[in-house]
Amino acid sequence: MTVQPTDIATYNFAYLDEQTKRMIRRAILKGIAIPGYQVPFASREMPMPYGWGTGGVQVTASIIGPDDVLKVIDQGADDTTNAVSIRAFFKKVANVAVTTETAKATIIQTRHRIPEHPLISGQVLVYQVPIPEPLRFLEPRETETRKMHALEEYGLMHVKLYEDIAKHGRIATTYAYPVKVEGRYVMDPSPTPKFDNPKMHRSPALQLFGAGREKRIYALPPFTEVVSLDFEDHPFEVQTFDQPCALCAAENVYLDEVILDDHGGHMFVCSDTDHCEKRREEGHRGHLAAETHLALEKMEPAQ
Amino acid sequence: MEIATQSIEGGFADPVFNAQTVFRAVMDAMAQPGSVQSLPAFAHPPAPLSATAGSVALALCDNDTPLWLDPALQISAAVKSWLGFHTGAPLANTPADAHFALIAAPAEMMALDGFSQGTQDYPDRSTTLILQVNDLTSGTPLRLEGPGIERTATIAPAQMPRHFVEQWKQNNQRFPRGIDIILAAPDGIACLPRTTRIKTMEA
Repeated sequence: MTVQPTDIATYNFAYLDEQTKRMIRRAILKGIAIPGYQVPFASREMPMPYGWGTGGVQVTASIIGPDDVLKVIDQGADDTTNAVSIRAFFKKVANVAVTTETAKATIIQTRHRIPEHPLISGQVLVYQVPIPEPLRFLEPRETETRKMHALEEYGLMHVKLYEDIAKHGRIATTYAYPVKVEGRYVMDPSPTPKFDNPKMHRSPALQLFGAGREKRIYALPPFTEVVSLDFEDHPFEVQTFDQPCALCAAENVYLDEVILDDHGGHMFVCSDTDHCEKRREEGHRGHLAAETHLALEKMEPAQ
Repeated sequence: MEIATQSIEGGFADPVFNAQTVFRAVMDAMAQPGSVQSLPAFAHPPAPLSATAGSVALALCDNDTPLWLDPALQISAAVKSWLGFHTGAPLANTPADAHFALIAAPAEMMALDGFSQGTQDYPDRSTTLILQVNDLTSGTPLRLEGPGIERTATIAPAQMPRHFVEQWKQNNQRFPRGIDIILAAPDGIACLPRTTRIKTMEA
């Protein structure tokens, strides 16, 4: 009855104690069994503030094992603060292998993007969710939103989208765009750009959502119907960009606008840094790539 | 062997990592209904509780989860004290109070609607049944559809409950309420979450 000797003696493996993991694991199983339904769970305090991904971290900590390979992205990037610190956290407390390559990861924790590289069966995508309740800004009372989900009463959500059309002439919601799961639950896909919504539909990967402050876990099993809400005369559309990535010339990917100077200079680059690096390694060049690609040599995951 | 010794021995040799391995197998099986996830015999409970069902119980149950045992397990003092020692789970007075139910003889079990179905507001508060089956290949083939299944999947668990297909149809109709099933065979597990639909195989 001894735990394998490790050099992380001060913490249990993956930080959480075993009873907490069991509680979260049970919530994950019920979440998978009821796709799109938000399972309440006893969220713990984590060594990072709410809003920094405590829900996603608790889900990852409960599923991760020594053989897993973890990738963490923050708005598509592997090298920004949130991604770097969560990756370092799991390297420390679980001693797992980390990667920036989507194809090599078994668990990908994400804050608001789905990687451009298609996910495959066996991979788990863990979302950090700030507000899991899609109806919360329309109805602040938990008792009421719970009843609305129970009775499948989602008229209010359509009114909200309709008001968008009345005001702006189109559905102006661009992120956290509500989806209906298997024709039953309306779900918040977390604040991912709506560009990523179609990737959720019948994805071969398991998708888990953790909201730490709001204490909810929900899930999409692989090959689950995920339909973005819309109207017959205003069908759902994703964002399009009129220019390719300035570094790798990728089209049909989600781009971030980067300000270059204080004279209005800017460029659009891939939000998914791994995808962009891979394309540049393959020799793709955008119109601003020549002077920048040397500076962006292949990076090791930051510590 | 004395009951006291039996109840102490046979737990996870490596509690943290064994529990994680068992959970991942259950999670993958629940996410891909009909797929069989192999599982080594980490736990060695006293008979008639099987090694697989015992491992699942150790990985998921604790003092927060009332546990219901079917009559075949209920009569075994060794099983009760083994589960009590290793999980700390209280025994549920009725099946409707149980978070988990361990069933050693599924062919003789009570109706599925006797277990907690959850509520319309909290459908997660339903019983998860752990059925001990001899294998997943020799029974009536069940063709499965639903979330987690790309097109169809087929399993053929032996010794399933009476009128299982009809009972399962009723379970589907209660959605989002309903029970979920973990099938524990000697060499692996498969799951039937409440979303899985069974198409009967005609000829």
